[in-house]
Amino acid sequence: MILFRTLLLLATVSAFFTANAQSKYYTRDGRVSFFSSTPMEDIEALSNDASSVFDIKTGKVEFGVPMKSFTFEKALMQEHFNEDYVESDKFPKAKFKGIFEFEGDFDPAKAGEYKVIAKGKFTLHGITQEITEKGTFTVSDEGNLFAVCVFHVKPADYDIEIPSTVRDKIAKTVEVTIKMNYKPLKR
Amino acid sequence: MKFALSAFLFFFTLAVFAQDEDDDLLSLIDEEEETVNFTAASFKTNRIVNSHSLENTANGVLDFKISHRFGFVNTGLYEMFGLDNAQVRIGLDYGVNDHIQIGIGRSGFQKMYDGYLKAKLLRQSTGARNMPVTLTYLGAASFNSLRENIIAPDLEGFELYHRISYVHQFIVGRKFNDRLTLQLMPTLLHRNLTAAPEFENTVFAVGSGGRFKVTKRIAVTGEYYYVLPDQINTDLYTNSAAIGVDIETGGHVFQLHVTNSTAMFENGFITQTVGNPFDGDLHFGFNISRVFTIKKPKEFTEDDW
Repeated sequence: MILFRTLLLLATVSAFFTANAQSKYYTRDGRVSFFSSTPMEDIEALSNDASSVFDIKTGKVEFGVPMKSFTFEKALMQEHFNEDYVESDKFPKAKFKGIFEFEGDFDPAKAGEYKVIAKGKFTLHGITQEITEKGTFTVSDEGNLFAVCVFHVKPADYDIEIPSTVRDKIAKTVEVTIKMNYKPLKR
Repeated sequence: MKFALSAFLFFFTLAVFAQDEDDDLLSLIDEEEETVNFTAASFKTNRIVNSHSLENTANGVLDFKISHRFGFVNTGLYEMFGLDNAQVRIGLDYGVNDHIQIGIGRSGFQKMYDGYLKAKLLRQSTGARNMPVTLTYLGAASFNSLRENIIAPDLEGFELYHRISYVHQFIVGRKFNDRLTLQLMPTLLHRNLTAAPEFENTVFAVGSGGRFKVTKRIAVTGEYYYVLPDQINTDLYTNSAAIGVDIETGGHVFQLHVTNSTAMFENGFITQTVGNPFDGDLHFGFNISRVFTIKKPKEFTEDDW
């Protein structure tokens, strides 16, 4: 009898676990790129090393990107970015923790484009700010999930100092594009 | 009852566990391997003052350098404290990849052409591979293009190879923290022609150098070379020393300094420095570095998104 009960319990537990796990999606090679445009200079950088986990059931989402994974077109910009602006040794990652709020119903089984609002805490350079940004969620015919979000980041909001000599070359608001190709998280 | 209690406990534990999980979603996938974290920006540029630093020009980047040494400041007002005279070296440095840098230069001093190859043998790193120092090899050659009757007016049998000198140098250094980087440079030089037969063709010297960052964009630098005894004409030549300030502004690095050396290539400043700093034989000088990206990183050429 005890054995039976234990088995039942285990079965329930594993069923619970499986249900829980299947609602989660992840990526380890999401792309984060940013673009700063001024009449003086355009600056572009990208990383393919963003990782993210998204839980369909709760809408909770998290992503992180190592600052040193950003590649710039010009090596000197990359050095300045890491050394002078975001101080990558002190603050190695930028993170977002929040929720995706879908406008209308979201059905991961139905192909199509869904509008989404990302709400939550964005941490950069050791400073956390509440943000609300728009994005889209695409379910492909094959059932793959693909999320695109654009964050508008003001360096000043994150205590990133820009010296007067280059103030005209760095945009007041930097457009950060986040692209995530989610896969089901299996365990 | 017992069952109900144990079931309750089990689900409770599970619920707590699940709760934790939801609060830290990223921890679910964080079993990734540790990566090698290479130390970057040990120096602001590939030179300290005269000497090479352990830093390379970045992969695919061309660094155009203009270096000036004004005359000795103790020449007084008549020479405007040295400003009336200047030695110039114009050079190009190029980062072939993450390990190798090559360069060429032309100096007014002895109308010298120089070329070098600099290769990183070890890179300071933390993470998956822990390497406490960076080790770089520098191999350089220089060609003196002065007229023969100026180089060796009394020498019979002057050959083309007499114009050439070689340098082999190891640079071993460490970025101790954000501010401080120090390096040592054991150096072997070979001159095919010396000023007189009693002096050595092959000369050993040891250099040391470093930088201290004062602010994010300003650093103090210094270097000193000690030539081992009984090799060069010490009545005429002395050890090379320099102190300077690096100022970084966007795409430029300005290096302002004071040095007793006139030449800006190894064989010149290590074995042919005439200035006695204690007599005020000091040059005010500057290096200006401007970088151009020749080869874009592959992330910008092969876009698959």
